[in-house]
Amino acid sequence: MKPLRTFKVYAIKNGTVIDHIPEGKGVEIIDLLRLRQWRKIVTVGIGFSSKKYGKKDIVKIENKELTAEEANKIAIIAPTATLNIIRNFERVSKQNVKLPEVIEGILKCPNPACITNHEPVTTKFFHDETGELHMRCWYCERYFKATDVEVM
Amino acid sequence: MVNFKNRDIISIHDFSKEDIMHILKTAKRFKAAPAPGLLKNKILASLFFEPSTRTRFSFESAMQRLGGSVITLADAKTSSSAKGESVADSIRIVEKYCDVIVMRHSIEGSARLAAEVSNNPIINGGDGANQHPTQTFLDLFSILETQGKLKGLNVAIVGDLKYGRTTHSLAYALGMFGSRLHFVSPVSLQMPNHVMHELKKMKAKFTIHQHPEKIMPKLDIFYATRIQKERFPDPVEYEKVKDVYIITNKLLTKVKKNFRILHPLPRVNEINYEVDTTPYAYYFQQANNGLYVREALLALTLGKI
Repeated sequence: MKPLRTFKVYAIKNGTVIDHIPEGKGVEIIDLLRLRQWRKIVTVGIGFSSKKYGKKDIVKIENKELTAEEANKIAIIAPTATLNIIRNFERVSKQNVKLPEVIEGILKCPNPACITNHEPVTTKFFHDETGELHMRCWYCERYFKATDVEVM
Repeated sequence: MVNFKNRDIISIHDFSKEDIMHILKTAKRFKAAPAPGLLKNKILASLFFEPSTRTRFSFESAMQRLGGSVITLADAKTSSSAKGESVADSIRIVEKYCDVIVMRHSIEGSARLAAEVSNNPIINGGDGANQHPTQTFLDLFSILETQGKLKGLNVAIVGDLKYGRTTHSLAYALGMFGSRLHFVSPVSLQMPNHVMHELKKMKAKFTIHQHPEKIMPKLDIFYATRIQKERFPDPVEYEKVKDVYIITNKLLTKVKKNFRILHPLPRVNEINYEVDTTPYAYYFQQANNGLYVREALLALTLGKI
């Protein structure tokens, strides 16, 4: 018999578990993914123990399978997060989130002279892996370090 | 065949080598043979929310030389933008009155946004410190005209490389064509990291210098820009470097025969007047080339060539 595992947050039957979220980012992720709009049950766990990272947050969304595209948005604030799809209490897939090449509408351009800070424009950033200047704003064309770009 | 009809001219980053060569070849055609009447019944809206002399005049002249007409802002201070209208709204209105828009605005990315809301082509005449692509095309036209090629040249870009938007776009374009770049500037006004990052990504060759003397004998092009006193945090530093970047005949004693000096103008004191009469001075012809390049861009984006 498998040893019983005590759940601090109860297991979900169907839906999505976002695991390995850096500690303190769980609530931000709920807002970033606009999880409230679906009116599903969402459970947040904050400060769980993690073998790999020491502490972590967890977000569970019942009866909603997030697509990789949706989940990848969180890579900017939670690069270590994993996306787990649960069906009938079984995990059917697990993948790491990956920052998409084009990031639309999540980030605020740090350049005060950029049009996105003057008019209602959806921001758009291109992400590239080379060097430390990762993020390029589509409008003002400036490059920024990922750590210098704030989430809106 | 490159198709430019309805295409926006926003940033040098939107153009391939093939695109650029097509623009330069078209400009050469206009320089060799004027085409009055080509843009008859077409209207250019010239929206300079920021002051401009050369860019604005050369666009308006180009449109009229091709038989088109121009509607323009008399003064940005009296326009609706001064009343607080957004760029997007201004463009949505103006595009109904014209066939093509050239605009200059101090906010970076304003031309990109304009292109997204307009059905007619937008030509960026400068968006703050970001892009000024038509200047880059006329710079490239002048280099091609004097050197017969854009590949394998030794080009010095000199002066204020930190804030000079024309130097960033030109470096990018020449890097794409495979010329070797020599960036000459005071330490505090060096080429920004993001430009060098792009050049490295495309494996362009470049070196950094503080004094031009040593590299003069190998140069094909010397692209001078203005160094503005107000850019220096410390006026003492400005006094130390200001004379280093002034071109005099003395600096030109060991240059190659094909060597040419370009400058986006206006010059203040970067090029001594004595240089004007040497065979190396090409900045006034360069400014004149702006007309043909802009004729080409208007005809191409309106699908008339």
